[in-house]
Amino acid sequence: MAGASWQGAAARWVRPAAWVAGLVPLILLVAGAFTGGLGADPIEYVTLRTGFATLLMLMVTLAVSPVRKWTGWNWLASTRRTFGLCAFLYVCLHLLTYLVDQGFSLGYIWEDVAERPYVTAGFTAFLLLLPLALTSTKASIRRLGKRWQKLHRLVYLAAGLGVLHFIWLVKSDLRDPLIFAAVFGVLMALRVRGWLAGRGKKVRPPAARRAAMES
Amino acid sequence: MLIKKPEIPSSEITPEAAYLSRRQFFGASAAALAGAAVPALAACDTNEGVAKGAALDTLDAGPQRDELTPLADVTSYNNFYEYGTDKEDPARTAPGLLKTRPWTVVVDGLCDRPGRYGFDEFVRGTRQVDRTYRLRCVEAWSMVIPWSGIPLRDVIARARPRAGARFVELTTLLDPQQMPGQRRSVLAWPYVEGLRMDEAMHPLALLATGLYGRPMPAQNGAPIRLVVPWKYGFKSIKSIVRIRFTDTQPRTSWNLSAPREYGFYANVNPQVDHPRWTQARERRIGEWRRRPTLMFNGYPEVASLYSGMDLRRNY
Repeated sequence: MAGASWQGAAARWVRPAAWVAGLVPLILLVAGAFTGGLGADPIEYVTLRTGFATLLMLMVTLAVSPVRKWTGWNWLASTRRTFGLCAFLYVCLHLLTYLVDQGFSLGYIWEDVAERPYVTAGFTAFLLLLPLALTSTKASIRRLGKRWQKLHRLVYLAAGLGVLHFIWLVKSDLRDPLIFAAVFGVLMALRVRGWLAGRGKKVRPPAARRAAMES
Repeated sequence: MLIKKPEIPSSEITPEAAYLSRRQFFGASAAALAGAAVPALAACDTNEGVAKGAALDTLDAGPQRDELTPLADVTSYNNFYEYGTDKEDPARTAPGLLKTRPWTVVVDGLCDRPGRYGFDEFVRGTRQVDRTYRLRCVEAWSMVIPWSGIPLRDVIARARPRAGARFVELTTLLDPQQMPGQRRSVLAWPYVEGLRMDEAMHPLALLATGLYGRPMPAQNGAPIRLVVPWKYGFKSIKSIVRIRFTDTQPRTSWNLSAPREYGFYANVNPQVDHPRWTQARERRIGEWRRRPTLMFNGYPEVASLYSGMDLRRNY
């Protein structure tokens, strides 16, 4: 294939490129902070932007595998972790902004988590992402073996709760959350189709698949 | 209707040049605070809050101090869904799109003197007043804004409402050319708000035509908007083209959109939470820490309007 050489270059550069792309929302926020671009209510603005960036990165993460399969560009696989870690970075900033907003008052925070469904959903999603970030190292992948993949399926639940969190918090303009819901729906439908098609067929062992992805 | 003399201390209106930006304020605050013992708010009909030099604008002293929200924030952080649902949208698009001259306000319904007024004609002949009010959004943020305008009750008196008129319904301009947000059905357009007649007759209710001593900016609801400071901001309808007297409770936009979340009364009430968030606290724009929300947004003189009403049910 004529593309072999560019594919080799792409494989080398795709991860740094993914980091740069994944950090664009953060760069924009920091630039905004220095140029007065955060508006009249910076806490609100940063909360919205980091939440949006979290969902965006989660969707990109979930899109990596379908795109890789569709195009055959296996070198894309290494970006999955990059985007996933970016999602975790943004959810941490999102949570931190929320904690600042609540004045780090445990009483207020508990009241929110316990009584307000959109906060409950968002906070649960954060808790689900936490072990995924902690086990994102190569060593963890090796140590956990098959269980690693099972564990990391939690990302589907986390992304779903994240979308629900967004839907439940808007006042009346559902456009953005529904776009996320549609994208999430498509990405999950592709997986369900794959799982259904894969049932009964011989499945490639996960270890071999990972080896192919990392190469 | 019995109006108590207001209990809350309030503001002095200063000329535009004297408004201090927030940053300058911090430097000047120590000196300025000395002059902060201010008279009561213009809850009565006279224009009490007129400037006395460059005194500091405060509604209150101490930890619950009310400083004017800087003009830049007042005019760049707006909920005006006719221009988009992001806070930054109205400032970006409204000034270029909203044509405020000519502007017609129709007064009709159950009244003896209905009329169709051009803007100047509508405003002429009524007292011009300056009022500095807190504005508390249902989203739990707040500002302090120096408005100017005409008391709603004067407009109502001019129309001579009939005995059967129990409510006032106010309507925003409907024109998707000028208000592109109306092309999307995020709310039932045109925007409609309403007040019970006694609420509308309360001296605090203002039809504002300007802020910070200048004509009303487009993004704040030019050329004329309602300000009812004891209610959540969505009651203070913008860019009004119609005032109608009715015998039935108006079908208001947010109430139609989500009746469980946005009631007809929508009085600021720290004890009654929005179903999805607390109303006990608010962020004053420009401050980091949230502050407690005050009952009726700190305007206890309206309490008598609701005596005997269950405010938990009539939210």
